[in-house]
This record gives sequence, structure tokens and C-alpha cells, in this order.
Amino acid sequence: MAAIVTLQTGTGFWNPLAWCIAFAIALVFAYLIWMLGEKDPGKGGDLVRPYLSGNPEPEKSAVHLRGGNLYWGFTEALHGYYSRVTPLHSGILTDYLLWFLGVIAVVLIMVGVLA
Amino acid sequence: MIPAFILQHAPALLLCVPMLGAFATPLLGRLGAGIRNAWALLAMLATLCVAGILTSEVLANGTLIYTFGAAAPSFAVPLDSGGIPIRIIFAVDAMGAFMALSASIVGTAVLLYSIASQKKNSGQDGYYGLLLLLTVGILGMVCTGDLFNFFVFLEINSLAGAALVAYRVDKGVAVEAGLKYAVLSTLGGLLVLFAIALLYGQYDALNIAMIASRMQFTLLDKVALVMLLVALAMKAGSVPMHFWTPDAYSMAPSAITAFLVVASQASLYGVFRVVFSLYGLALDCLTVGWIIIILGVLSMFVGVTMAIPQKDVKRLMAYHAVSQTGYMLLGVGVALAVLGNQDLLAAYGNIAMQGGIFHIINHAMYKGLLFLTAGAIFYRTGTRNLNRLGGLGHSMKWTMIFFIIGALAIAGIPPFNGFASKLMIYESVFLFNPLLSIIAMVVSILTLASFVKVFHSIFMGPALPEYAEVREAPLPMLIGMGILALMVILFGVFPQQVVDILVAPAAAALTDQGGYIASVLGGA
Repeated sequence: MAAIVTLQTGTGFWNPLAWCIAFAIALVFAYLIWMLGEKDPGKGGDLVRPYLSGNPEPEKSAVHLRGGNLYWGFTEALHGYYSRVTPLHSGILTDYLLWFLGVIAVVLIMVGVLA
Repeated sequence: MIPAFILQHAPALLLCVPMLGAFATPLLGRLGAGIRNAWALLAMLATLCVAGILTSEVLANGTLIYTFGAAAPSFAVPLDSGGIPIRIIFAVDAMGAFMALSASIVGTAVLLYSIASQKKNSGQDGYYGLLLLLTVGILGMVCTGDLFNFFVFLEINSLAGAALVAYRVDKGVAVEAGLKYAVLSTLGGLLVLFAIALLYGQYDALNIAMIASRMQFTLLDKVALVMLLVALAMKAGSVPMHFWTPDAYSMAPSAITAFLVVASQASLYGVFRVVFSLYGLALDCLTVGWIIIILGVLSMFVGVTMAIPQKDVKRLMAYHAVSQTGYMLLGVGVALAVLGNQDLLAAYGNIAMQGGIFHIINHAMYKGLLFLTAGAIFYRTGTRNLNRLGGLGHSMKWTMIFFIIGALAIAGIPPFNGFASKLMIYESVFLFNPLLSIIAMVVSILTLASFVKVFHSIFMGPALPEYAEVREAPLPMLIGMGILALMVILFGVFPQQVVDILVAPAAAALTDQGGYIASVLGGA
């Protein structure tokens, strides 16, 4: 069975079945730990209410983080990269054609000179 | 028991069936939507069956030659032609069969999905006709052994694809995206045609095997190579010629976008066929291999980094499609770079090649699945904007599960199929150049980060009041997604079977240029 599901990668191997079994065992452990917790925390009271430093809890629909808020730090950190690469995606067809022809020229030089 | 007629004419039937389906669809559409849809589905299912039969024949008996108009399909070189194969010949080796099977599976899932997703739209006669015509273009490209015939199918692929991108003519941006796709495809097609003319002028032949057997790698051959390579890489969506991809992929109906991924892969197949089968060892393999590697690394990195800040889920996925194409180029580029060195080819080149080819079918499955989930979300909510979506995990549980499967697969998380092919690429490319392998791994991490964002934006959070009425996607759409999700899981859990049965023969067929030539020309 192991031979059937083991992928040979040249220098190593990968057995998805072993990974699935390990994952299932980890899930069982997670479930057991969860079972040790409070069985019925109830539907109200301080135990389930979020603590927001004394501020009132906003509406549920108002606390969802929208997609545009995520990875703001990442794009800010790479601002230099994005400020150069994003404008290249101009949406202008002639720009696309220019890139296409430019690549042909570069590859032509590479193949013509090096090959 | 399969009838002998089908076995004998499988390569021709592979095109005849969807072509008949395409041209008859508008006529049957006059009898009613149900009949038309059933007809289109039947045509696609029959195509899938023929592709399955053809693949099993090729894997059992080797490259299948089909000569149109000859006394017998295997009679490739007429006695009075001076040793030149003058007729149109299909040369379906394991690589071609692999691509045909992959395209047919995705095509079936896409057509099934379309029955529900296009239900409310007008112009469905043209939609299904063009979808089947796009199938013809893709299958023709991967089966033909004739360069001019390849160009014809490339054009069919491009025209049907552009028309489908612009299918929602009520939206001006869709028409604009279709126009961009059409103009770039036409320019690419013209360059391919010019390259074919250069080769024909030198070698008096259009047959790939015939030209390969006479290849001198003259200056004109180099010019033809560059035109073929760059034009097909552009059609495959390689950076820095990928700009059309987010425009076209995001504007096309989602089912079509899933199939456009396969259409792009047919062009990628063209790149591989040109460098391995047409030019082969006549090339300076190291230089051309590195050109493909550079295109691959650029595609991986620029694709994923441009995906992260996107707010339109389909544009984001389109950039990821570009990024994943980079993995295929990287794996196969490394194999090409060491093609002339049998020791290195055996040490890691073959595995890199297999990884790159395995990634083609894996990408077709999980990227197709992801685009279908995006389509289901758009179908129910009417928006693709990640800033507006949220909380859909409460109402679209099956779509969410399918999305998770696709997202984990594209990010290379075990035990899904993307992990298996990426692992093969990482390990083999590491032996060639560790830096390339590290870049590939970093790109996978960024891919995961990007899809965590998408998952959170669409499915997590409290149920939003504006989507209180949203229900799960219709059953045909779920079945279409389910087929691809099942393939993603099966290919991930049994990767060695897929490699042994489909991928390794495909890789071997590509690297064995002599075998390809001999299968067509025989002793000629």
C-alpha cells in the first residue's frame, strides 16, 4: 500500500497517506482537548461577551474586516516595487503590444548572440 | 468493448465530435433550451470518452499517427511524395493525449456548470457553440503533427476565446477585454504563421517530424524559434506579456475563464512541442532553457505579488494563473537546460520535467475549480469585489468547501495535488539552482497568504445583511465544481499513479525527439 501512494521525487519521497493519518490523529487530539473544555458556556453573560476595554460591542456586520484592509502592511513595505510594477498594468492595448515586441527583441538578441 | 471504428479513428473523432456539437448547437437551440443544453453536454461527454479511449490507446501502443485522406490512417508518407508527409497528420503521443484528456475533463465540468450559470443569460446558442469550438481549437493544437494545422487550431482557439471573453456584450469592459485578447492573439498568430513560413521556405515541409529531421538551426531557424517561443509564451500568459490575462480572465464568464486556463495551457504545450520536438538537441539547450526559466521565474513572482493587492476576486485569481504558469515554465525550462547532458537529465532533469507537466493538469483542475467558485459567488451575490463580500460561509457551505480545496491545492498544501507537483519541482530545481527553488517556495507562501485573504474576505465573518437572501449555488454548478474538487483530491492522494500512468510517459515523449520523428516518418 505504501508503495502505491508514495511519490518518488528523485531525491526524496512523499507519502500522502501517512500525512493523512498523522493529520487525522492530530484532529482526534484536538477534539479530545476541546472536549475537556466547558460543555455549555451558555448564550449570554460575561463568559461569551467580547471585552472591548469597556466600549460597547458594535453590530456584527460592522466588525467584518474587508479584503482591502488585509495585507496593507505588506504592500506598504513593498511600496517601491508596487509603485513601479502596478502602473505597467495600464490596461492600454498599445502598451501590451510594446511589451510583446520588446520581449521578441530581447529574446532575439539572446538567441542570436548566445545560442 | 470499444468498436474498432472508434479505435481506428479516435484522433479524428476527437475533433469531429465537438465540431459537430458546435455547429449543430445553434440549430438545436431552435428546438428549445433543454434540447440544446443536453446536446452540448452530450457532445462534450462524447469528447471526453474519445479522449479517454485515445489516451489509453496511446499509453498502451505508443504514438498514434492519423493521416487524413490516406488509404490507411497510419500511412503517413505516400510512396510518390519523395519521402515527405504531404497530408495533414495527427501525431498523438503521450504528451498530446495527456493534454487532450486534461482539457476534456475540465471542458466537461465547465459545460455542466454553464447549464446553471448561464441560465439567465441570452445568446446561449452562441455560447455553447463557441465553447465547443474552443474545445476543438485546444484539442487540435495538442493533437496535430503539422505546423500549419497547428496555426489553424491556434486561430480557432483565439477567435472562440475572444468571442467568449466578450460574451457579455452589455458590459463595455467585457468587449474591450475581448478586443485586447483578439488583437494580441492575432499578432501572436501572425508571428507563428511567419515562423512557419520561414521553416517551410527552408525545409519544404510543414510536418513537425519532417522539419525536425532536417533541422539545421540556421539564422532563419533561430528567428523562427524566437517568434514561435515568444508568441506562444504570450498566449500562455507569461510575464512580461501577461497583461491581457487579468483583463480577459476577469471579464469572461467564470466557466469560460476556467476553460481559458486550459486554452492558455495549449499554447504552453506549443512552447514545449516547439523546443523539444521541433528543435530538440539542435538548440543551444542551455540558453533557451534559461530563457524559459527566466520567463517562469518572472511569471511566478510578478503574478503572485500583483495578485495580493487585488480587490476583484477574478483579477486576483487571474494573476495567480500567471504565477502558476511560471512553475510549469520553470520545471520544463530546467529539463530543457540539461537536455544535452544525460547524467543531469537522469539526476534531476526528468523529475523537473515531470513536475512541470504534472503541474499542468493539476493547475487545470484547481484553477478551474477556483474560477468556478468565484463564478458561483458572483452568480449569487452579483459582485466580485472583495471589499463588499463577506460572511458567505454561512449560506454557501459547499462552495466554501470547494474553494478551500482549490485554495489549499494552489498554495501547495498537502495532501492536495498542487503540493505533489510543486514538491517535484522544488527538489529537482534545487539541484539545478537552489535560488530558483527558494523563489518557487516563497511564491507558494505568498500564494497561500493571498488565498487566506480571499477566504477571509468572502466566507468569514458574520452573515452580512445585504446577503441575507443568498443561497447555495445551483446543483449543476456544484456538480461541476465537485468533479474538479474530486480530481484535485485524487491526484493529491495518489500522485505516483498519475505520474506513472500519465505524466512520466508524457515527459518521456517530449524528450524523445528521435522517437517522435520515427513514429511519423518511420524509416523514411
